[in-house]
Amino acid sequence: MQVTGTVLTTRRVDAYHALTVVAPGIAERYRPGHFVSVAVGGAYTSMVTRRAFFIHDVKADYGGTVELVFTTGGPGTAWLAERRARDTLDLVGPLGRPFPLPRDPAHCVLVGSDYGSAVLFPLADALLERGCRVDFVIGGAEAERVFGAMRARRMAETTTLTTQDGSLGLRGTVTDALPSVIADTRADAVYACAPMATLRAVTAVAMEFDIPVQVAVEESMACGIGVCMTCVLPVIGDDGATRMVRACAEGPVFRGERVRFEDVGTIPFDALGAPGGGVRHVS
Amino acid sequence: MSVDMRTFLAHVELANPITTAAGCASSGRELAQFFDLHRLGALTTRSITMAPRAGRPTPRMAETPSGMLNSVGLQGPGIDAFLERELPWLAQRGIKTIVSIGGGTVAEYSELARRLADAPGVTALEINLSCPNMEDRGRVFAREGSAAAEVIASVRSIMRYDVPVVAKLAPDVADIVSVARACVDAGADALSMINNPLGMAIDTEALRPSLAAVTGGLSGPAVLPLAVRCVWQVHAALPGVPLIGMGGVMSGKDAFQLVLAGACVVGVGTALFHDPYACLRIERELEDLLRARGLQRLADAVGLAHRPPGSAPRHLLVDSEESAP
Repeated sequence: MQVTGTVLTTRRVDAYHALTVVAPGIAERYRPGHFVSVAVGGAYTSMVTRRAFFIHDVKADYGGTVELVFTTGGPGTAWLAERRARDTLDLVGPLGRPFPLPRDPAHCVLVGSDYGSAVLFPLADALLERGCRVDFVIGGAEAERVFGAMRARRMAETTTLTTQDGSLGLRGTVTDALPSVIADTRADAVYACAPMATLRAVTAVAMEFDIPVQVAVEESMACGIGVCMTCVLPVIGDDGATRMVRACAEGPVFRGERVRFEDVGTIPFDALGAPGGGVRHVS
Repeated sequence: MSVDMRTFLAHVELANPITTAAGCASSGRELAQFFDLHRLGALTTRSITMAPRAGRPTPRMAETPSGMLNSVGLQGPGIDAFLERELPWLAQRGIKTIVSIGGGTVAEYSELARRLADAPGVTALEINLSCPNMEDRGRVFAREGSAAAEVIASVRSIMRYDVPVVAKLAPDVADIVSVARACVDAGADALSMINNPLGMAIDTEALRPSLAAVTGGLSGPAVLPLAVRCVWQVHAALPGVPLIGMGGVMSGKDAFQLVLAGACVVGVGTALFHDPYACLRIERELEDLLRARGLQRLADAVGLAHRPPGSAPRHLLVDSEESAP
């Protein structure tokens, strides 16, 4: 649904911007893993595509608020970073398929790098409510790009921090730390949100331990509602066939082992409908 | 005073002139989460192809000033899945559906028309002529009147007489009027314009083209003047042919421009990416504009800008007579 939300607060969190918006309809339908799309630039903007953001936090205040976390990467996010309290924002959401939750209490490792870890906190809340054990592995290039370390420490059984320059926690990436965390916590499942290359490595680690892994992908998208067909990636379906599926409508959460990370950015030759592909003769 | 928004696409009556542009409403179900699709004049599907198509590699989208480039490459399930799942879903709900088709050869277009000829729920058939012609070194059909006419003539001969065949034209041709005329002579009941002109953007950080496919279709407000020009020229040359105008329509005012230039139906595309409710908003805004100009029927506004300078439109004369003491 579309909501004209009012900005409640803006704050800087380390290297990131966080924006709390009053959006009752979205807040009450929200489940961890959902995202929202935001129109940027105001009424007569020259920016025609919406920007998609994961929701970091949902609160019941003022009928329901959502908090978005982002970095400024271009004119759209720069505009968003300039919003102040009482400004209005055009939001559409909640969008996408949320994280599936384990039926029984399980040991879950939540892996996030950069602002990707933002989406893991509402997930951790939901897992804790179900009696799961939660352990965090959070990383970034440098200390100030590790998002939510304090909150992770408060929530989780253990929190492992990594930075590439060694300025906070272990030197290295989240995937360097992940095997020992999985082993130590005897994890049953892994949840991850990070850039594509990190998700690929996280999935490889989880598969080595033979435990399920759910990944939330960030693909560039224009609409967020499934009509523009620009956010596709190759994913293996239940029938074993690879399809180019939309990150916004079929995702953003996928089973890690189903995503063909090495083929993201290409059309694999055996994908359904690939040019000259063999599959077209079968169907 | 309510404005009569009904319009005719050839002989088919639509409740209002707003349709989705091909490829911008996917299968229709995505938009149905937001509003009742019956409120559209018609829904235009993505271009349906014979075989399932995976489309082009990503990145497929790049935002440009007042527009965007896309190179989706007609990703879709193919005609079998379309007839099995997508068209029945629309037909069962009684949603007026303009089915867009795309192919690489005349034979492929003809086969698609044959498959759709007996399918219930096809309000009109739109022929996407901006596909590379496999039999002519990959030059797109819409670039050449004779190639476009061959497709239209073949599809028209196969399709049922009561289903209008609409030729969708590309703007980046030397003379759009000659292509339009060739299509009409070949039997097109209506024309639709404009498809995306080709554009390109380069990522100045990666020092590479922004799109994996290098070039892509440009859409959004940036192409509106191009659409208005094409509709104007074609309506001037072929005033009796119904036109679907599209290209960068973001507001009722944009739609009104296309109507005044000669379009009797207006397609909304990229605006849907920005605002899922764009079609309803644009229809409402267009109705308000017509009312504000004293026009009681949409039909009275179609091509109105073509009247010679200085001549008052007839409806306004009637109004002034009525208001005379």
